[in-house]
Amino acid sequence: MTDNVRTVVETTEKEPADKDVPRSLFSDAWRELKHRPMFWISLGMILFFVVMAAVPSLFTRGDPTEAILKLGSTPPSSSQWFGRDLQGYDIYTRTIYGARASILVGVFATLLTSAIGVVIGVIAAFYGGILDTIMMRITDIFFAIPFLLGGILFMSSFPNTKDSTYFAVVGKVVLVLSILGWPSIARLMRGSVLQVKPNDYVQAARALGASPWRVIRSHILPNAWAPVIVVSMINLGAFISAEASLSFLGIGLTYPAISWGVAISDALTYIRTAPWMLLFPSLFLSLAVLAFIMLGDVIRDAFDPKTR
Amino acid sequence: MNHEQATPTAAYQPVNGRLLEVEDLHVEFHTRDGVARAINGVSFTLDAGETLAILGESGSGKSVTAQAIMGILDMPPAKIPAGAIRYCGQDLLTMPEEQRRKTRGPEISMIFQDALSSLNPVFPVGWQIAEMFRMHRGMNKSDAKEQALRLMQRVQIPAAKERINSYPHQFSGGMRQRIMIAMAIALDPAVLIADEPTTALDVTVQAQIMNLLHDLQEERQMGLILITHDLGVVADVADRIAVMYAGRLVEKADILPIYAHPAHPYTKGLLDSIPRLDQKGQTLRAIAGLPPNLLRIPEGCAFNPRCYLAQDVCHRDLPSLREVAPGRWSACHFAEEVLDV
Repeated sequence: MTDNVRTVVETTEKEPADKDVPRSLFSDAWRELKHRPMFWISLGMILFFVVMAAVPSLFTRGDPTEAILKLGSTPPSSSQWFGRDLQGYDIYTRTIYGARASILVGVFATLLTSAIGVVIGVIAAFYGGILDTIMMRITDIFFAIPFLLGGILFMSSFPNTKDSTYFAVVGKVVLVLSILGWPSIARLMRGSVLQVKPNDYVQAARALGASPWRVIRSHILPNAWAPVIVVSMINLGAFISAEASLSFLGIGLTYPAISWGVAISDALTYIRTAPWMLLFPSLFLSLAVLAFIMLGDVIRDAFDPKTR
Repeated sequence: MNHEQATPTAAYQPVNGRLLEVEDLHVEFHTRDGVARAINGVSFTLDAGETLAILGESGSGKSVTAQAIMGILDMPPAKIPAGAIRYCGQDLLTMPEEQRRKTRGPEISMIFQDALSSLNPVFPVGWQIAEMFRMHRGMNKSDAKEQALRLMQRVQIPAAKERINSYPHQFSGGMRQRIMIAMAIALDPAVLIADEPTTALDVTVQAQIMNLLHDLQEERQMGLILITHDLGVVADVADRIAVMYAGRLVEKADILPIYAHPAHPYTKGLLDSIPRLDQKGQTLRAIAGLPPNLLRIPEGCAFNPRCYLAQDVCHRDLPSLREVAPGRWSACHFAEEVLDV
């Protein structure tokens, strides 16, 4: 039987899309998160550290600046839980008060890097062209500076003096971490905006008379910021450990700031004779960094549909 | 029904009922592979209360025409080397961007093909419609929301009051397109461009959406530009039709005569390729071949490689759009012959 049917090359327009689109990204992520024990554990730890940073007197009645020399190097006991260091400072009190510097540095460095990174990334991706090229090359230059080396250079160029205030000391560390940390956020944001920008709803918003600023604020940012939130959360932990590294090297936080990094640095010399001096600040530092990185991880999983 | 008449604001008054005048519009895209000439001299007009259908295959330039009128082409890579788009006598192409932006929404507005992707997934639909009023009219939140509700009822969304805070994905395709329409007509535009408004919908819903658009257009005396590749959907609603091929208009006519007697082989091919019940069991006649690559549009008439009438002259000379019968314009060397058949 001969069949005369010609094969017809059909040029159909876009097929009717029958996509299964999730609920809003955030409500979906929340649905996922609330069943994760890891989320609650890390959130609990973070809350614990934040409260410790905000109101250290809730946890200890001691004075972190009170040094009792004759009690120097007392090992942990029921009256001095973490023992005392060489100068006779109470290590428990110092460790509690040390949270404030770490949390301040972590939170503000994250806020500042996110702010710079988001602005640069959005402008570069949204306006494109030569502006994009210039901004991304500048980003590359900052990205190329090795983190620790850059930090050491900056901090030793602008060292703290004896009469630097607490906020000047902390602010300087925040500043150096932000200067070195924003490029990764900027790149991430740019990529994310480039993904959102060609969507029809961005075109539609323009066709309905939205100004560039309104397009960015209402249509691009709400759809593009999820990856930045996740990475910022992980970065927060990284900034805390970077602060500790700089302080350990003696160029990050210094007197009058009390910091885990400084405590670790001081303790190193006496690791054989007074190991408790090293143990407790290190433990708190590790737990704080771990909490933020864990939270970042579970949030990333919750936002990433592929891991479901 | 409580609605305002769609009269252009004081700054824009139609000249003798003429809203839009597109004259010799050219659009090209500068790509790595060369210059793609997407539109090569398109001219048409649109009057108040009139529906113009622009018909063509994918890549014929119909959507680019719409985007050029709206001014939402990304430039670069797009470039408009020549032409004018006059709205109420004022050339949109030479207008300062800020002034032009203010025409989008209250003067000229647009509906897109895929309403799901045209709505922002992170905001409730009511919020998105209300945004139009807050953005352009400076309304406060509750007034804007009330207007949004009124519009949702106007575009016949059932239980609009309960659904005003739902997200786009919680609506069916037809309902989403209604919401998109509500947003587009929110500010009573004088010109509404619908870019394949029913392509992503199933057939029963297509008719509903077309009827809704038609009703709204009559109610507000809008000028409606209906872009489609489907001759079937425009038959009932369009007044005039313009057929595009490779960035040019190949035929322009009132709606009824074109169905009965097309004046261009391409239009004829399109009409023949509609499946019909009375031709059951027969082979569907498709137009052979594919639309030309816009980077390499053939010499002469762009349709010549696919045309059953093609002669030497078609490979050599570009036919201009000429009036072949009263009210019938065709860009074919053999238009009279096609018309006679």
